[in-house]
Amino acid sequence: MPQKRYEYLPHTADAKFRAYGQTLEEAFGNAALAIFNLLVDTEKVESRLEHKVSLTARGKESLLFDFLSELLFLIDAENFLLAGVDKVSISEESSSFKLEATLLGDNLTGYDIHGQVKAVTYHEMVISEDENGWALQVVVDV
Amino acid sequence: MRDTNPQSEEEEKMETKKIDKYTYKVEPTGQMKVPLKVFVSEKMLPKLLEDNALQQGANVAVLPGIQKQSIMMPDAHQGYGFPIGGVAAFDAEKGCISPGGIGYDINCGVRLLTTPLSKDEIEPKIRELLESMFRNIPVGVGSTSSLRVSEAELDEILNTGTKWALRRGYATEEDLAHCEEGGSMESARADRVSNKAKQRGKKQIGTLGAGNHFIEVQYVDKIYDPDIARVFGIDHEGRIMVMIHTGSRGLGHQVCTDYLRRMEEELPQILLGLPDRELIYAPLGTKLAEDYFAAMSAAANFGWVNRQLIAYHVRKSFQEVFGGGIKLGMVYDVAHNIAKLEEHKIDGKRKSVYVHRKGATRAFGPGHPDVPEAYRKVGQPILLPGSMGTASYILVGTDKAAAETFASTPHGAGRALSRHAALKKFRGSQVKEDMEKANIYIKAGSMKGIAEEAPGVYKDIDDVAEVTAGAAIGRLVSRHRPMGVIKG
Repeated sequence: MPQKRYEYLPHTADAKFRAYGQTLEEAFGNAALAIFNLLVDTEKVESRLEHKVSLTARGKESLLFDFLSELLFLIDAENFLLAGVDKVSISEESSSFKLEATLLGDNLTGYDIHGQVKAVTYHEMVISEDENGWALQVVVDV
Repeated sequence: MRDTNPQSEEEEKMETKKIDKYTYKVEPTGQMKVPLKVFVSEKMLPKLLEDNALQQGANVAVLPGIQKQSIMMPDAHQGYGFPIGGVAAFDAEKGCISPGGIGYDINCGVRLLTTPLSKDEIEPKIRELLESMFRNIPVGVGSTSSLRVSEAELDEILNTGTKWALRRGYATEEDLAHCEEGGSMESARADRVSNKAKQRGKKQIGTLGAGNHFIEVQYVDKIYDPDIARVFGIDHEGRIMVMIHTGSRGLGHQVCTDYLRRMEEELPQILLGLPDRELIYAPLGTKLAEDYFAAMSAAANFGWVNRQLIAYHVRKSFQEVFGGGIKLGMVYDVAHNIAKLEEHKIDGKRKSVYVHRKGATRAFGPGHPDVPEAYRKVGQPILLPGSMGTASYILVGTDKAAAETFASTPHGAGRALSRHAALKKFRGSQVKEDMEKANIYIKAGSMKGIAEEAPGVYKDIDDVAEVTAGAAIGRLVSRHRPMGVIKG
């Protein structure tokens, strides 16, 4: 049975969510959707544009922080809205993690966007794995 | 799913001791070097204890070189690393600087303009005025500036702040004179700001953004101190003012993100000893600390130029609606997310410290040399914005604030309910209708945005003003009520 992709949790000032996945890659993709759904109904965003992201970081937390920060950069710098994550691959190299992802989405012009996400934080960030798969907990500054 | 956050378990052990009606104290325990002082009323205290804010305030007291006390304002609430509404000062030589103690929205702040108009003159034209401002000022996510700046010009903005705006005809001499730092921090260095940050900022200069940022047309509803109010250009009740609340947009957010990452990469040994990764800092005197302060100052300059360009367009809109002769003066502009190198009296001696204000307003008292000449006798204006649809207050800095809070006061109402909870509780169209019934008109980029910022999701600004005045860290000058609001 497919589990829920992500859920929002109470946090006074900021937005907090948990994204889930059978694999770490799937959970990363769902975390991306969780961020964009704070701004727009991602199911309504069309997949007209493609962006490739390639990152290296020392730990899984930093990798998640950098990946989600990159998405926020793309909103401002490229007017990019995410519709979905096509492919994510995460590989562990000698002392770091490497992520490659293909993002699908559209130019933000014309969409009903509300609120803003200023930044990703490490605050209460938890990456965990159990028999059901992976869970990523993130707080973003809004 | 288990919550692996250990902080919430510890919090129950913290004891708050009541000092007087508006002051509470947490004595140092564990690794805390100094106590935590909380300015709050009995009425506001339960809300403050609901989340992790107090523990976050205590965590700040652990950082190296912290002076006297970690401080929390009445509008404080849980942030990330440092609490929002937190103030801390660190020894300029042996202390540290922490991006998390300033926040992602560097130089988020408030600007207040005066107009020569009265309430009855605005009333028939308020919708027209809002329409004009909404046309002239880009608001919301993805909105881009009408101004195209070259890379060299963006560097000039980052290095010189509102001096650039003055040269380009977007500012008056008075605008600069009545702005914190004159709208230009000399410590700024554009070459310490990443290309990524510049790419984000380039298109956003002069845009309001979204979230809690706003432009508000207000009338003066009550004057508490007529003599001081007159010095600030607030000479009668009913006078129309304009308040602008925004920050350094994506550029500032990226600067904070970049340096947070650089600090944890370059200083892993510091990271290991911290209770929260967002508390990462650079020891003062290191190149990394210098680089961050230079980049933060550049982002602050960007923030001042951003509010300056919005003020320029607000003036244009007033001229469109009320004729070309109308002039809007500048009361003050103050940052509430920033670190500053300041001198304060600590244990009887003058000392240089880096004061971190994260959701707190600088508030110098009478006679301070950094208060604009026109206001020096009475003290620096403090701009305390309410939430959408509620009152805002103007206060003035006091000697008590200099002694107690490193000359700092609250920055606003402070959030009490998350955006997610707000969306469940409120509907944008209903909030808009309710406000119109109260004669407050709103023009917004998004209905959901209105729901997320409904007045009910914030703490009561009247309570914040009461604590500030009651604790004498600010003195009430005037209260303003909204007539029209522009939201992202």
